[in-house]
Amino acid sequence: MKNDRGDIELAGVCKSFDGVTNVVDGVNLRIADGAYCCFIGPSGCGKTTILRMIAGHEDPTAGEIVIGGQNVVGLAPMQRRTAMMFQSYALFPHLTVRENIAFALRVRGQSKTDRLRAADAMIEKVRLTQFADRLPAQLSGGQQQRVALARAAITEPRVLLLDEPLSALDEQLRVQMRQELRRMQQELGITFIHVTHTQLEAIALADLVVVMEQGKIKQAGAARDVYAHPHDRYVAEFMGGQNVLSGRVEKVNGASFTLAQAAPSGIEVPLQARSTVNVGDKVDIAVRRDDVALVRPGRDLPPGYTTSLPSRVLAIEYQGYFVKVMLDTVPDDEFVAYVPEKTFFADPFTVGDVVMATWATGSALPLA
Amino acid sequence: MSAVLADMPKADISKTTTPASTKAIAPSKGGRPWTFYVLATLFAAYVIALYGPMFCIYILSFQDIRGGLVFPMKGHSLHWFVDLFTQARTGDVKGSFDRSIKLAVIVTVITVVVSFLAGLGFRKRFRGDTFVFYMMIGSLVAPGLVLGLGTGLLFQALGLDASWYTSALGAQLSWTLPFGVLVMFAVMSRFNHVWEEAAYDLGASRWQSIWLVMIPVLAPGLVAVALFGFTLSYDEFARSLQTAGSLNTLPLEIWSMTLNVTSPSLYALGTVTTIVSFVVIGASLGTIVLIQKKRGSQAKG
Repeated sequence: MKNDRGDIELAGVCKSFDGVTNVVDGVNLRIADGAYCCFIGPSGCGKTTILRMIAGHEDPTAGEIVIGGQNVVGLAPMQRRTAMMFQSYALFPHLTVRENIAFALRVRGQSKTDRLRAADAMIEKVRLTQFADRLPAQLSGGQQQRVALARAAITEPRVLLLDEPLSALDEQLRVQMRQELRRMQQELGITFIHVTHTQLEAIALADLVVVMEQGKIKQAGAARDVYAHPHDRYVAEFMGGQNVLSGRVEKVNGASFTLAQAAPSGIEVPLQARSTVNVGDKVDIAVRRDDVALVRPGRDLPPGYTTSLPSRVLAIEYQGYFVKVMLDTVPDDEFVAYVPEKTFFADPFTVGDVVMATWATGSALPLA
Repeated sequence: MSAVLADMPKADISKTTTPASTKAIAPSKGGRPWTFYVLATLFAAYVIALYGPMFCIYILSFQDIRGGLVFPMKGHSLHWFVDLFTQARTGDVKGSFDRSIKLAVIVTVITVVVSFLAGLGFRKRFRGDTFVFYMMIGSLVAPGLVLGLGTGLLFQALGLDASWYTSALGAQLSWTLPFGVLVMFAVMSRFNHVWEEAAYDLGASRWQSIWLVMIPVLAPGLVAVALFGFTLSYDEFARSLQTAGSLNTLPLEIWSMTLNVTSPSLYALGTVTTIVSFVVIGASLGTIVLIQKKRGSQAKG
């Protein structure tokens, strides 16, 4: 009867708290066993509700949640063999680190010596041995997180659910604990589902990134796919690193089309996955900020660069290995170029300069 | 008991406002600002007004056999304490003391259990919850004497004998329960519901999550509720007057003594009951401190 498969399938999952609006609206998703999956979206997009439904703290209004081939709707967390790490960790304030970690074994009726031995082994795994007798209030944020992780892991779950696990930590610790989460996931070899609103966190950790908006999945895929090939304007803007432009299709020529713009040349866009485009359609395209090169007017464009849009420099931010140059290329929309530090300082611009924003034809990506 | 009530919220407030309040007072050169002396004098006057009358009683209870009911003090001995427990004419002090303690213990247990359950019940909103709440608080507003009188009449109408462990118990609970519930609400508001959720996630049953998480976390608050129940019952007078039946509780006994006993043994009784009160309060506060210390020392390992 023991089934260690932690693959998850969400089929038509809906959740409504008031019977009128769906907080989660028909979500279908397959998560492989042993995957690190990140749900990302703005607050209120339903990502935490999905997590809580997988955990068994909320019941879906409709749909099925299948873990390891078994529909788990209606089962208690312990029967699902899931464990949750709460946002503020929810460590029991009256119990020491050891007792907190041993709690799940205690409620199962394991003897004191057995459960404390198991807890000590787990404490060693998360490197908290010297803090075993402390109370949660006497630990730092990072240590508390490790206790929470150990307390959840001791139940030997097939799926570990993490609700914004890093949001309570300061910046530096966040990066450190991020690595620790990944290390623990690989060590335990189980499925992790992690909810966050930080893009960097999601793409740094996840095998599968799920971008959500208003209860629906906008795009799910490998981190690199979602970041480099966003489906639509929402994902492109939410994941960041992209400039989104829109315009009408001027002409279609074989494998590419031309987008009418203020620029004399128009913007040439390869068709790629988008199969049909008709003249006159309104189309969004995305161009990665680090694919945009800036050239002074009158100079030659690099070979292969066909588009060039005259722009004025609005602001410049030094970011270390690159320089963020904000431009007025598109009215009403943000347009930013990430220029490598060395390139920028070879011929630095100042605010108010007129430049040509240009990119290789192949870098423009049509959006749905 | 007022000390406990005041302590709980204050502890938090003082922590958060200390830096601000030290800044707020006018700067002084080395010594304390003049406002300190004004406020200290005011506080001293307040303490004297609060405890002065009680100390008159305590002091006068230690007179010798010539002692009277007023100052000046005539000699000093423990005569009136002995008199209190030996002389039949002073009334049934031992019996009423016994009853009062027993009654207070029963009231305490019921108050703690019911308040805790009410606290659990009121965690979520339910239909008519405000109505239930105001019904509960209503009996705090009702004049005690009237409420006691009504209880007595009701028992008579139903043909039941009024006694300290039936009608008086009920009348006292109408007083201690609302208080207990109010304190419990304050205590509950500090309980983070995510702890219960975490317990459930880790496989605890409802009962286990109450027993292993809620009660231990709330223990200091429950002791405070118990202390309330005990002290409110122990010196309850108005509600017990018409409901205690033929056998008096201690406050009723003291009251009847003021009518017919004209010796300092009345004061001696006052001293003894005060000591009992302080022992109970001390024990409760001690328990709270012990719980917290135990957690602290466990922590140090």
